[in-house]
Amino acid sequence: MLRLPKFRYLQPKSVEEAARMISDHGPDAMFVAGGTDLYPNMKRRQQTPKVVIGLAHLDKLRRVKGKPKEGMILGAGLTLTEVAEDRRVLRAYPVVAQAAELISTPLLRNMGTIGGNLLLDTRCNYYDQNYEWRKAIHFCMKKDGEICWVAPSSPRCWAVQSSDCAPVMVAIGAKVKLVSRDGAHVMERLIPAAELYNDDGIRHLNKRPEELLTEIHLPPTDGWRATYWKLRRRGSFDFPVLGVAACLRLAGDGTVEHAKIILGGVGSHPMEASGSEQALVGKKLTEETIQQAAAAAYPTAKPLDNTDFAMSWRKDMARYYVAGALRELAGLPSQASSSGGNGAGLRIVPG
Amino acid sequence: MAGTSGDGPSGAGPNGGGRNGGKAIGLRVVGKPWKKVDASAKVMGETKFADDIFLPRMLHCKILRSSAPHARIVKIDTSKAEAYRGVKAVLLGKDLPIPYGILPVSQDEHPLAIEKVRMVGDPVAAVAAVDEDAATEALDLIEVEYEPLKTISSIEEALETSEPRIHDYGEYGNVHRRTAYEFGDVKAGFAEADFVREDITFYEGSTHLPLEQHASVGQFSPDGKLTLWSSTQDPHYLHRSLAKVLGLPATHIRVIATPCGGGFGGKCDPFQHEIIVSKLAMVTGRPVKICLTREEVFYCHRGRHPVLMATKTGFKRDGSITAMHHRTFLDGGSYGGHGAASTFYTGVLQPTTYTMGTYKFDAVRVFTNKAPCGPKRGHGTPQPRFAQEVQMDKIAEQLGLDPAELRKRHLVPPHSLTCNWLKIGTTSLGKCIDKVVEGARWKERFRKLPHGKGIGLACSAYMTGAGTAIYWNNMPHSGVQLKLDRSGGVCVFCGSSDIGQGSDSILAYIVAEVLGIEPFDIRVVTADTDLTPVDLGSYSSRVTLMTGNAAIQAAERARDLLAQAAAEKLEVPANRLVFADRRVVDMENPEKGMSFVDAVWLAEAKFGTLGTTGSYTPPKAPGKFKGSGVGPSPTYSYCAAVAEVDVNPETGWVKVERIWMAHGGGQAINPVLVMGQVEGSIYMGLGEAMMEEMTYRGNRNVVHKFPSFLEYKSPTTLEMCDVVTYLIEDDERETNAPFGGKEAGQGPLLPVPPAIANAVYDAVGVRIDEVPISPDKVLKAIRAKAKGQEGRYGPTHFPSCPMPEPIRVATPWEGGTGEGVKREPALAKA
Ligand SMILES: Cc1cc2nc3c(=O)[nH]c(=O)nc-3n(C[C@H](O)[C@H](O)[C@H](O)COP(=O)(O)OP(=O)(O)OC[C@H]3O[C@@H](n4cnc5c(N)ncnc54)[C@H](O)[C@@H]3O)c2cc1C
Ligand code: SF4
Repeated sequence: MLRLPKFRYLQPKSVEEAARMISDHGPDAMFVAGGTDLYPNMKRRQQTPKVVIGLAHLDKLRRVKGKPKEGMILGAGLTLTEVAEDRRVLRAYPVVAQAAELISTPLLRNMGTIGGNLLLDTRCNYYDQNYEWRKAIHFCMKKDGEICWVAPSSPRCWAVQSSDCAPVMVAIGAKVKLVSRDGAHVMERLIPAAELYNDDGIRHLNKRPEELLTEIHLPPTDGWRATYWKLRRRGSFDFPVLGVAACLRLAGDGTVEHAKIILGGVGSHPMEASGSEQALVGKKLTEETIQQAAAAAYPTAKPLDNTDFAMSWRKDMARYYVAGALRELAGLPSQASSSGGNGAGLRIVPG
Repeated sequence: MAGTSGDGPSGAGPNGGGRNGGKAIGLRVVGKPWKKVDASAKVMGETKFADDIFLPRMLHCKILRSSAPHARIVKIDTSKAEAYRGVKAVLLGKDLPIPYGILPVSQDEHPLAIEKVRMVGDPVAAVAAVDEDAATEALDLIEVEYEPLKTISSIEEALETSEPRIHDYGEYGNVHRRTAYEFGDVKAGFAEADFVREDITFYEGSTHLPLEQHASVGQFSPDGKLTLWSSTQDPHYLHRSLAKVLGLPATHIRVIATPCGGGFGGKCDPFQHEIIVSKLAMVTGRPVKICLTREEVFYCHRGRHPVLMATKTGFKRDGSITAMHHRTFLDGGSYGGHGAASTFYTGVLQPTTYTMGTYKFDAVRVFTNKAPCGPKRGHGTPQPRFAQEVQMDKIAEQLGLDPAELRKRHLVPPHSLTCNWLKIGTTSLGKCIDKVVEGARWKERFRKLPHGKGIGLACSAYMTGAGTAIYWNNMPHSGVQLKLDRSGGVCVFCGSSDIGQGSDSILAYIVAEVLGIEPFDIRVVTADTDLTPVDLGSYSSRVTLMTGNAAIQAAERARDLLAQAAAEKLEVPANRLVFADRRVVDMENPEKGMSFVDAVWLAEAKFGTLGTTGSYTPPKAPGKFKGSGVGPSPTYSYCAAVAEVDVNPETGWVKVERIWMAHGGGQAINPVLVMGQVEGSIYMGLGEAMMEEMTYRGNRNVVHKFPSFLEYKSPTTLEMCDVVTYLIEDDERETNAPFGGKEAGQGPLLPVPPAIANAVYDAVGVRIDEVPISPDKVLKAIRAKAKGQEGRYGPTHFPSCPMPEPIRVATPWEGGTGEGVKREPALAKA
């Protein structure tokens, strides 16, 4: 078995104590919630904290608060199973439950948290390997090395944003609360989910390491509808290699007033398909508009050869998946079933 | 799910049948769905696997593996590791200089690299320390300096690169083996054909993916005796390799194969870590354990060879095959392993399904800087079967014939010789085809389903045990000892290793059948080279047939002893006695009888301590040419499958909805275990057909792309299709097989990939001539077709390689004798 390297484990009793512990230990420390991302990374020596601060026992991070009308608040420490099965979430924010339910396996969803999911490290087939493997390719820019093997002439890392919830939170306009401590002061900031992410495989989070994610503020349910389509090889276990989160608000006559189409898994951050959004706003959701919006998503998706599946096929699928998500929101029959086939690896939980 | 009837063919068992001249009675144990003898322990978590062994003062071993794909080792400095806390020993290649390998012709491995590494993952140094952490940390302290050599990462590169050579033996350059045969006058065969077509196909490599990672514990006693517990399929071959490399007398080595959490061929070779922990135990005088990481299991590999194939077939208007010229290139990876046998297997079984007038076959195996390939379920034969069965579908279409009908018209008849001198016993392939055709409603649906839906058919044959052992010898392939004592207890000893397929249970069922007792009255002791007689191991689907026949012999000998003693007491002729329901009774006068225990008492009093043996040696193969040892088997199983798929024409996504599989395996010794093997084979075939890829980054130091359970894609239960299994019995009993029971563990995998490929064609009209059939390939082919190009995805180029003169053998119908131009002993193994 791969062994975990040695580290110190601290267990704070409160959010404040957690914030203090991390500021005391500086860059050597990291938070851990479910550990389903951090511990495997530590075994492979991709992440090497000397001190690990456990959040699993903080009740304050495991609450569901508020009313859909004003917007509900999810504690960052809720497990994915809790989020996927929470009745209030299922009723008011089915798209959030749907994304959480599509993550990994039941076992990992029982451990993994929604906060950890939003802060998931970016992924790459050259990086998610153990130390010896990475040594064999002389490492890469993201950890211990100089070059990016996916795009050797590029100055940056293209590791892939692989959280299923991230594109959904960006699409629906959720906000995240970050708490940190500066001496005696507790500092809090509430930022749009979109601002949490950076288009860079290494510095993929606009968050200081000592900031603790405590809450996710979901927007008021005032008429928008959203869905999430996930592409993966198998019906369980696999990270998304393309995710489409679509959020629309329609006027009484069916005209699209507002559209957010966010692609996950095809870049280092949740990518906004602005072209698709423009193709939709002010129009009715006909098959024709949907096709235009889907075609406009194609250039946004920039998959590289660092995940499962052939990259050109993944890029092709962006079009198909955007169309599928929009058809679902329009209540049109999906192409998949009209052609007698299943969608490419997709599973839809009716929203 | 349909299945066999529970009742066996009447009077076919050795209790009655011809074997020993007794009277016919029905089977009571064989053919019934008994529980496995190890089932309760497994489901209750009580089974002790190798990694569950903890011995006092046990050390833990970790192996430093090469980070260079092909390099000379310039320097290794272990001084810091040796000085590290908790470290008890560090081993290097020079400590174990004797080479080994499973085949006598490929003694090209060392437990730890000597002078040179040949792949990323080659073991370079080993550490034994007081715990796993200390051992792991010590590895970091070992400094290795490599001088890189040019790497070879593909078949083409191997053919083009004469220097550097990965090994300094083989044919030439980086060509490991070349094999060429011609059976009959192939030129004349092609001339006789109405049509000739050649298809180029590719079958990607894949690995076994057993849930249990390989693990071993070595212990060296003060009197100089070594014990190795290991998750191995072949304790006997491992025993031989240990003796060779460690320089110990074989009599001082005991190998115990622990319960195995999955093998599939991946635990057949003797492995480096097995020798390393043995040596470390000798050096330190303490027990030493290793459990490989998942990544290391990928490096051990020995799985499916990637094979590029060109299959040229001449056929008549009625579909009869006049000639086939089948050429294969195998990407062997960095070592020989079973590769010489695998090379044969990419061709040798082609003529076993449909009558073939003449046959020529050329196979080339090359070395590359990748994990070594070897035997994975079906050993070397799923690849050529794919080529042949996809081509049959094309031939049927070209001739306007129904593919099922075409196949049925040209079946290899029972009790015949193929053009390459394989002796076919009983066959039920025709019945198998009928069964799946009926089950899948083939006639109503083939070429008639809506666009996107399709069905496809494919067939196969597979050996029930290799006719030749891995090293030349004229001893039995399997031995069984039976001990009976006055408690009435019966203990069966056999060297076979149960790798989950149920071979321990088979021994209990068969002995119980012959002695008329319950399987759970019997104790089974297996896979311990000190306690059990030699059995060659769990490979080539040999175990049920060979241990079964040996067990029948041992049990019948025991029964004869009991019968003699009981007959005396009952005053009836011994041949009138029947053993059933734990009793021995006069079949003409059933009130006259005694309990089984009483019979044992009488026999022990009469003959002394009771013990019998049985052994099995396969029949001599009719072929006598060089290399004729690979392919012959006491009997062959047959399968037919229909796959139903759903293809999304816009994404290329293929979902396999259902597979109907008829397995012609003769009498099922236990139908539930046979079904388990059939379903498991379908599952594994599905993975190979749809997604599994053992691939490397040639331009990045030939690293394995994803040596992990997460990124090496294999189906989960959600991807598993529905399965309808039919167990088809032969019309007559196969006399070479115990109770007529043939293999089940490998054959049913073979038709799965071609049946799916053929179904995809039926669904969307494109040919995917390689596996895995991934959606990008399907979509490319669909788009090409839409543009008016050929609706096909697959290899288009077949490299050339100078071939030696083939070994020419006249076919039986040309009046051949089975001799070739030259005669030498041959080696074989599946
Ligand atoms: C086999 C496998 C399959 C997976 N499949 C998927 C998948 O399909 N989709 C998907 O989205 N994910 C997947 N994951 C990733 C992971 O399981 C989930 O993303 C999970 O939600 C992570 O949550 P966690 O609580 O376990 O995170 P942890 O591992 O505990 O933490 C992840 C990161 O977030 C930080 N962190 C956690 N909580 C906080 C907090 N409150 N404040 C500040 N920092 C914090 C940690 O320091 C760490 O850097 C998979 C993982 C595995 C091992
Ligand atoms: S994208 Fe490049 S730099 Fe980033 S993890 Fe992958 S190989 Fe490394």
